[in-house]
Amino acid sequence: VLQEIFMQLWRHPGAFDASRGNMGAWLAVIARNRAIDALRRRKPEDDIEDVVVSVEPDFASVADRARVMEKVRGALDGMPAPQRAALEMAYFEGLTHAEIAEKTGEPLGTVKTRIRTGLLSLRKVLAA
Amino acid sequence: MSVHEQFAEDLALYALGSLEGEERTSLEKHLATCASCRRELEMLRGDTSLLAMTTVGAKPPARSKQRLMAAIANEPRMPVAAKAAKTSRSFWRGVAWAAAAIAILLWFSSESMNTELRRQIAELKVRVLLQEKDLQHAREIVATLVDPDAMKVELVAAGSKPQPHGKAIYQMHNRSLIFFASNLPPLPPEKIYELWLFPANGGAPIAAGMFKPDAKGGAMVIPPLPAGIEAKNFAVTMEPESGSHEAPRGTMVMVGAGE
Repeated sequence: VLQEIFMQLWRHPGAFDASRGNMGAWLAVIARNRAIDALRRRKPEDDIEDVVVSVEPDFASVADRARVMEKVRGALDGMPAPQRAALEMAYFEGLTHAEIAEKTGEPLGTVKTRIRTGLLSLRKVLAA
Repeated sequence: MSVHEQFAEDLALYALGSLEGEERTSLEKHLATCASCRRELEMLRGDTSLLAMTTVGAKPPARSKQRLMAAIANEPRMPVAAKAAKTSRSFWRGVAWAAAAIAILLWFSSESMNTELRRQIAELKVRVLLQEKDLQHAREIVATLVDPDAMKVELVAAGSKPQPHGKAIYQMHNRSLIFFASNLPPLPPEKIYELWLFPANGGAPIAAGMFKPDAKGGAMVIPPLPAGIEAKNFAVTMEPESGSHEAPRGTMVMVGAGE
């Protein structure tokens, strides 16, 4: 997956538009999604040129990154446990909301809301 | 943010790649026409990238970079697909401008750098010349010392008979010992002279080489030695030619203490 992503970027250097965001974040999103695609043995779902990632504020330096990392970890720690679990299952394990609902025995709608609210609360700690 | 509420949750799932089937198709259809939902999707993707940063990923295998570079080296120089050509044209134009800017910067800085480098080279040349001269001198001294054909004359007090005589020149830090002997009595059959170093710390004597004198009783020994041994005495003994040479057992021929 790693090699494939870098090769695609090599072949299509215009795919990443620096004016539209941070390269680290962009690679993180592409790599994570491709890894999940590979694990699910499905064809890549999105063309890397169509993936635009926006993170605000932009954090280019290592110091910024360390600060952001700390904040995000704090936000995860502060989340209600079921919300954090849903987010982690969705992001790190690549489970779909249906799979999460099945696993936790919660209604589909609840899982969906948890995932979205979880993501938004990460954004909020950065804005704060 | 004016995100269409009915798509709000699906957008988050879409950003994570877990939206499938009909929900996915209808959201994609909507995204094609709705700029504010597209913007929200970009933000949500940014939010997921934050999660990536909360963890330290596995280190890629050491060979992966090598493999990647090899794969890139095998790539054709120019992308062939029409779409790629389009996107890469602006990229290459950017590269050309950047290269031009860098070239101009380099030209300016290289002028002052050249002057500095020229000065350094001149300085180094002088240093090399001086060192070559020193080295040549040192070589000549050593060559003379070790040359078997060099004339060796022992001067003694006028009227006295030449006696067996040895001189050890020892530099403990360099492990360097040069020993000269003269007027040694000829060896009986199956005997050999052996040089010994007696350490200052009272440790066991160290064998510093066996030798046989030439017809005039002269000899030179430049033995290998362990480092950092401070010497108290040097001595030459006469030992059996074969047999153990771990400690002096034979007759003491010469002995001398350091100054």
